[in-house]
Amino acid sequence: MKKNNFGNRLFLGLIFLFLYAPIFVLIVFSFNATKSRTIWGGFSLQWYVRLFQDSAILSALQTTLLVSVLASLIAMVAGTAAAIGFAAMKRRSRHMLMSVNNIPLTNADIVTGVSLSLLFMLAINAFNSSLGSAMNITLAKGFGTMLIAHVTFDIPYVILSVMPRLRQLDPHIYEAAQDLGARGFYAFRKVILPDLMPGIINGTIIAFTMSVDDFVISYFTAGNKVSTLAMEVYSMARRRISPEINAISTLLFVAVLAMLIIVNLRQARQDSAARHQRAALTPKR
Amino acid sequence: MSKELIRLRDLCMAFDDELVLDHLNLYINDKEFLTLLGPSGCGKTTTLRIIGGFTTPMSGDVLFDGVRINDVPPYQRQINTVFQKYALFPNMNVFENVAFGLRMKRIPDPADPSGKRTVKLAEAEIEKQVLEMLEIVSLKGFEHRKPDALSGGQQQRVAIARALVNRPKVLLLDEPLGALDLKLRKDMQIELKKIQQQVGITFVYVTHDQEEALTMSDTIVVMDKGSIQQIGTPEDIYNEPKNAFVADFIGESNIIDGLMLQDKLVKIYGKTFPCVDGGFVLNEPVDVVIRPEDIDIVPVEQGQLVGTVTNVTFKGMQYDIIVDFRGFKWLIQTTDHSPVGAKIGVKIDPDGFHIMKKSEYSGKFGDYSSYSEEYDELSDVEALDETEEVAAAEGSGNEE
Repeated sequence: MKKNNFGNRLFLGLIFLFLYAPIFVLIVFSFNATKSRTIWGGFSLQWYVRLFQDSAILSALQTTLLVSVLASLIAMVAGTAAAIGFAAMKRRSRHMLMSVNNIPLTNADIVTGVSLSLLFMLAINAFNSSLGSAMNITLAKGFGTMLIAHVTFDIPYVILSVMPRLRQLDPHIYEAAQDLGARGFYAFRKVILPDLMPGIINGTIIAFTMSVDDFVISYFTAGNKVSTLAMEVYSMARRRISPEINAISTLLFVAVLAMLIIVNLRQARQDSAARHQRAALTPKR
Repeated sequence: MSKELIRLRDLCMAFDDELVLDHLNLYINDKEFLTLLGPSGCGKTTTLRIIGGFTTPMSGDVLFDGVRINDVPPYQRQINTVFQKYALFPNMNVFENVAFGLRMKRIPDPADPSGKRTVKLAEAEIEKQVLEMLEIVSLKGFEHRKPDALSGGQQQRVAIARALVNRPKVLLLDEPLGALDLKLRKDMQIELKKIQQQVGITFVYVTHDQEEALTMSDTIVVMDKGSIQQIGTPEDIYNEPKNAFVADFIGESNIIDGLMLQDKLVKIYGKTFPCVDGGFVLNEPVDVVIRPEDIDIVPVEQGQLVGTVTNVTFKGMQYDIIVDFRGFKWLIQTTDHSPVGAKIGVKIDPDGFHIMKKSEYSGKFGDYSSYSEEYDELSDVEALDETEEVAAAEGSGNEE
């Protein structure tokens, strides 16, 4: 191992350079005093100040937060319920459903986005030409369709992080609560939910992050009236070259990074708690 | 003994087209310690889960105190359960675990003269009852521990206290000692029996450990393939097994093909022996059970039968020796050492023979030709038992 030490470090250094150099440049130039994207003209917060005076960006921020919060909360409830259902299934159906659950995670965003967009158009057209025209309502793509899209790609993340908690649960705990006089939902709330909570919260944070992060699927499903931060950045980059993009991208990067750090810390803490538990249960010789 | 409390009438149950209970009929008396005993997959856990209300039988009735309770959910039955791996609530401490049932209990409001309104138990009352129960299971001072900070034996006691504090009429126990080591298991057997006598309620106990069943039970129900093979006191079951399955499952048995010449006269190996059983047709073919400890080793010239020792195992209290009688191998337990290869004579008293009618199990058990292999198989069965039984009982494949 020692022999290759230098080579190893060089390789690792290059990887990190490629990964983070662009982001580093972005962050540095978000504090640039001039408009140039290549020449450093001194430190300034002017782009950040301007960001918060830009009404388009503020409204995009509002949209992003609203869709992310709503989508991750809906996904939290739906995903938890789905995970519990999966866990109660027979092994074969469970494995099958888990594979189906994983498809959206690996599927290209563009495919998800285009297919959802097509589906929404189809449904909206069908509604507008029948029931909608009768009731004088015309539907269009907008916040609602984007929210539905976000919920669909958020749910798998919640399921994935709740599932392992369910597996660790003693299968008889729910029956034990019923046996002691608790009715169905009370038993669930008192003995199952507290044990699932860490997984549910982790899953919801990840789902939220994914929603904040998403550009492609939002772009295809939001219609032309609403836009998220990511969409705003994209259109800004096409319209004019402004260092405001650097500032807003920096903020997005920091926010997502912070949430991922939170999830990872929580995970690490739970893992070490589980290890301690196991150690305590191992008989001493 | 006393009055009947639970009756199971014609229960049938199948999981995935596999019959688990086959027209099971059983009654359980009040204040009785009844054990359902049998190998894995015999339907004992399913029977227990039907009594607890966790599984609905496909057909048949469950009567409690004369009332049909098939459709009564578990939370409304006056029955509590101690689960196989305790199923303690990991997020609550010992006190809250035990208090769980009491917190949901409602009693008639003393302030309401009509007695229709109900109120929850006062916190002081809950505390009093929980502490009393923890005293009974010797866990005082552990109230604030979380379950994962307790040993297996202590978790076991919490599970028992949590169930008993609700003052059920029946306590169901599903292999509750399975996860404990041998020494602790023996202690807990005595403890459980003591607790049962102290609280004076019915215990229905499920186990595959015949020794556990013999030690604790008033009544043992031996099950196999979803049917009851025999019901009786431990003494009955041991001394008067009904068929080869029961004889083999409870204790060690040599089971030999015989012919009942007439009452109190049985013929094995072409020789006639006096015995104490009767009530068979003349010359009826029968299974003859001879327990290993009922066989005396005597000098060859005094022996009723003569055989060759093929295997000797030292067991501490006694030697287990395998003796070949014309190709059929017997297990004999004796305190006298006989070397391998020695010719020995054996003598059996008339009450050492137990005669059973032929059954579907005849010829399947009771030969010790494959002595060591049989022991290997036995240990395998125990290792598999838990997971298989649970999976079968839930009718789902949550094995891993």
